[in-house]
Amino acid sequence: MDKEKLTAALDKKAMYGNDIDLNAYNDTNEARTKSVDELSQATRDRLEYVGIETGAAEEENRSASFVQLDNNAVEVKVKKQTPLELMSTGKAAEKYPELVEKYWWKAVKPDTDKYTAKTALEQEQGYFIRVRAGQKITTPLQACMCISHDQQLQHVHNVIIIEDGAELSIISGCTSAHEVESGMHIGISEMYIGKNAKLSFTMIHSWGENVIVRPRTVALVEEGGQYISNYVSIEKAKDVQMYPTVHLNGKDAVARLNSILVAPEGSHLDIGGKVILNAEGCKAESITRTISTGGEVINRGCMTGKVEGIRAHLECDGLMLSNKGYIYAIPELDAQTGNAEMSHEAAVGRINPEEIEYLMARGMSEDDATATIVRGFLNVNIEGLPDSLAKKIEATLDSFKYNKGM
Amino acid sequence: MLKIEHLSVAVRGRKILNDINLHIKPGEVHVLFGPNGTGKSTLIGAIMGFDRYEILEGKIYFKGQDITGMSCDERARLGIGVMIQRPPTIRGLSLRKMVEICGATPEETETMAKWMGMDNFLDRSVNDGFSGGELKRCELLQLMAQSPDLLLLDEPESGVDLENIALVGKAVNYILHTEPCGGAGCDRPCCIKNQGFEHNPLESKRSGLIITHSGHILKYVPASHAHILYEGQMTCACGDPLDVLNCIGQAGYETCVKRGKCEVKK
Repeated sequence: MDKEKLTAALDKKAMYGNDIDLNAYNDTNEARTKSVDELSQATRDRLEYVGIETGAAEEENRSASFVQLDNNAVEVKVKKQTPLELMSTGKAAEKYPELVEKYWWKAVKPDTDKYTAKTALEQEQGYFIRVRAGQKITTPLQACMCISHDQQLQHVHNVIIIEDGAELSIISGCTSAHEVESGMHIGISEMYIGKNAKLSFTMIHSWGENVIVRPRTVALVEEGGQYISNYVSIEKAKDVQMYPTVHLNGKDAVARLNSILVAPEGSHLDIGGKVILNAEGCKAESITRTISTGGEVINRGCMTGKVEGIRAHLECDGLMLSNKGYIYAIPELDAQTGNAEMSHEAAVGRINPEEIEYLMARGMSEDDATATIVRGFLNVNIEGLPDSLAKKIEATLDSFKYNKGM
Repeated sequence: MLKIEHLSVAVRGRKILNDINLHIKPGEVHVLFGPNGTGKSTLIGAIMGFDRYEILEGKIYFKGQDITGMSCDERARLGIGVMIQRPPTIRGLSLRKMVEICGATPEETETMAKWMGMDNFLDRSVNDGFSGGELKRCELLQLMAQSPDLLLLDEPESGVDLENIALVGKAVNYILHTEPCGGAGCDRPCCIKNQGFEHNPLESKRSGLIITHSGHILKYVPASHAHILYEGQMTCACGDPLDVLNCIGQAGYETCVKRGKCEVKK
């Protein structure tokens, strides 16, 4: 796309979410922090919290590791004999011009909105991952996006190619340095999942309290392919808006989207997901559990059934634990053919006091009973996760303490 | 064990129970009969301390302690256990975790779940999609783990098929005649660890209060006393609980209450 058109798109508001002035942030590409070792201990703890392992744990539980600080890849490691390619998108573009033709900005249109345009105009940052046909990688790859300076604009363009019959699990941990008060993250992810291939993508967000986040993800799934997305965000986040979109293009392709969201006071989450079922036998399921402890949540979910013989199910459930804030659930089903099986369930409310009493009658204190119910509510059965990560998410949820005063 | 004096209880501002007196001694199992809507569940709810039952007057003593103003969890920790009629579903909380919360070790949980035919339910959410009989067995499994000194059962056999009523009865007996494990090296004969489900009940110091319509449970659980709750008032019926049940069957609640004693035609 020519530069002029892209520059014009820099003013284009996004379909959803508050409009952000990109000029308010510093968009330097200068590498001010050159390695993870330069980060403070407090920041490294935050990395660990979002699932990024180091040392022996990394050696054991991760097949590869990518860390980007602001706009620079500072760590690109692949364990020996792991059949995957991992490099910065910039390097990949130089190395494989033919792939650029085929995959760069094909799933996501660069002039979609000002955020995509800004990223497309900047020097390429982010990761390129390719798993060749038939290679099944059982140990997850970890990718970390971290804003390490205050007021920084981080722009990321990721390209993931899982060729036919290949499998990969990615843990994407996103956070900001302990010292960072405000900043902005734009993350464009283009995912190409081949025939009978499988990608499980788990994203844990723990941005600083005043960071603004605009991910733009599109996944294309071919025949028999599976895309599983898990998203966890339980810390205060000033303003996150995302609407990842999955196109199930081949017969019997599957998409599963699970989201666990907690919005404390001061958070504004506009989170959604769309699956377009374009081929016979496709299945999609989107399950979102949302809690507001005073924050604002807009929970969009949309399924579009284009052909006969597809199945889609949507759940947008919310618990209000405060009189402040709101949860606005918008489930949408769009059946464009007969013989499509599409359903949704959306329930928003407070905790049923009978449930609390039931647990109290077994000897639990009121606070413990409430916390147990809240945790149970958030306990979406996340499929296909490696044990270590499932434990991590459980620990993350356990660390969420429900506080009556909220 | 339990002493209730001049208890009056209201639900949503409406008086349901009026001047109830009840005394259950250690080792006694009392049965509570009465027509629908007469306040039997209200009495059990008030003893347990559920929020919606407002105590207007009177006192409840448990093990000599005034528990009238205590919260539900405090009462549970003192040793009161309840089976309610319609337990709620707790989504995302596995039955396994729930039984452990009630006080069982992971091994005990497995063993007891097998006894109750609930081992295939341990990893499901508590009460999620359970049938009537499954709900009762699930409640009893939790109560086994909780091991209370006073057992309050609200219609333990409703919705349970005939075959499973024996199992329900056995579970109730087990709870009434078992002591919690005293820890490593515990050698009490009636300790949970040292006996199976099919143990010979020893003399128990535990007590129970059972609401039943059909009386089927009485075939398995020997009860010592019977009461009829009628129009918010308690009538102490004399005689064997099975005779009282027959009397109600023959003459109806009203007649029984008016007579004040049981005259069963043999």
